[in-house]
Amino acid sequence: MKHEGRRQALGFGLLFAATLLVVAPVAFIVGMIVAKGWSALSLGFLFTMPTDGMKAGGILPALVGTVYLVAVAILFSLPIGIMAAIYLSEYARDNALTRLINLAIINLAGVSSVVYGLFGLSLFVVFLKFGVSIISGALTLGIMTLPVIITTTREALRAVPRSYREVSFSLGASRWQTIRHSVLPSAIPGILTGAILSIGRVAGETAPILFTVAAFYLPKLPHSLGDQAMALPYHLYIISTQIPGIPENYRYGTAAVLVGLVLIVNIAATIIRAKYRKKR
Amino acid sequence: MSSATPAAKMEVRDLTVAYGKEIALRPLTLDIRLNEILSIIGPSNSGKTSFLRSLNRMNDLDPRFRTTGTICLDGKDIRGEIAAEDLRKRVGMIFALPMPLPLSTFENVVYGARRSGVRDKKRLAELVERSLKAAFLWDEVKDRLSSSAFKLSGGQQQRLCIARTLALEPEVILYDEPCSGLDPISTAKVEESMTALKKGHAIVLVTNNTKQAARVGTRTAFFLMGEMVEIGSTVKMFTAPDDKRTEDYVVGRFG
Repeated sequence: MKHEGRRQALGFGLLFAATLLVVAPVAFIVGMIVAKGWSALSLGFLFTMPTDGMKAGGILPALVGTVYLVAVAILFSLPIGIMAAIYLSEYARDNALTRLINLAIINLAGVSSVVYGLFGLSLFVVFLKFGVSIISGALTLGIMTLPVIITTTREALRAVPRSYREVSFSLGASRWQTIRHSVLPSAIPGILTGAILSIGRVAGETAPILFTVAAFYLPKLPHSLGDQAMALPYHLYIISTQIPGIPENYRYGTAAVLVGLVLIVNIAATIIRAKYRKKR
Repeated sequence: MSSATPAAKMEVRDLTVAYGKEIALRPLTLDIRLNEILSIIGPSNSGKTSFLRSLNRMNDLDPRFRTTGTICLDGKDIRGEIAAEDLRKRVGMIFALPMPLPLSTFENVVYGARRSGVRDKKRLAELVERSLKAAFLWDEVKDRLSSSAFKLSGGQQQRLCIARTLALEPEVILYDEPCSGLDPISTAKVEESMTALKKGHAIVLVTNNTKQAARVGTRTAFFLMGEMVEIGSTVKMFTAPDDKRTEDYVVGRFG
């Protein structure tokens, strides 16, 4: 009996330690960023242009650029990803072709982001002549997140009980009506999880925007989707490695804004998700 | 006997069902008539549910499903002359387990009507009241129509599902072991509503419970291993069946 108790304690301890190992680095990183960057954070920092060779002033253009990129990328990839997932999960028959497509999607999720960057450069910037612009960068980021959105949406659709579909069909609903009114409402929390993951990734990635949109420094804010733009992750990379003499709190402040931006979007999406779950 | 055999609402002719290579139902011919309850009894795996799900083409959802023979509703072939969506509105189905959708009680009942494009609030409200009354549920839920259907008890959920099917105003109603998960009181209420609905409807009841078939069935068919052994009036089937296997089953020698 005593022996069993010791085992129980050991098991609990191991699992708890593993969880701690996951949480600790995150807490440490966020804590360090906030501690070191706190003194730089102010409304002026967020909403003014950089001055003095980016050694002073604010990060407005990078912030605006990232917001643009996230918005356009998600507007592009979320509808396409969801529609593709609906097709694959609800309409497509299980044959060799669909299995191949599924395999391809899973593999796409593992392709390194710099490959997406080069792909975006050759397709959008060069071949389609969009140039180095927000639209090229956003489309590149959008394509990068498609596998995540498709996979999570498909899993969310699969998790909807079969009985919901059966009941809907038995009440004379068509396939699309069944999807629209019986399946999708239950899958929305899961679909939002995919969207949350994608937004975080789009906001934080550097490699895909390196050749497709990101500018070292721009004196003006972007006016259209055809303009180049600065972006937070690239800006952070520049001020951390390319320009000597940037104050430490300025660099950590920029990192804090990037982390904070993703956090705000995630919290908003989590609230929407919780609301949908409660409605059930 | 004063009248001839009543006209058939649905005519099943030489129907077979298979899933891939597995045969579920051997050639079978029978009529489904208005104003009566046809009970289908038999042990599990005898093809009862396969038969029932052929009548409203729910089997079509299974990609391995194969069928031959014909089924006609009012003389029209249900596989050629009637769209599956229309057929399922005319031939409503109630499943073995209560399956409310994650919606309010009200929205569950009007699900079919809304998909058919009914928007008028007054009409929908009337439909809900009428259907819930016919399913013997109205008095228990009339004050909480807008709360989630999941909050109802199991027996209430099953009667809600019956109301939801009745709201389609079907001509034929298929019950697939509707009381298998219910307590005796809920079972009695379901049977009561079924008997009341007999008038004006054609009802097919698949049941594992031979006593239930004896209680409510007008005619009874006995299925065994994919074959319809015998069909006849319920009284005859339970007192003097032609086939030895039927007798063995109804007296409980196997099953």
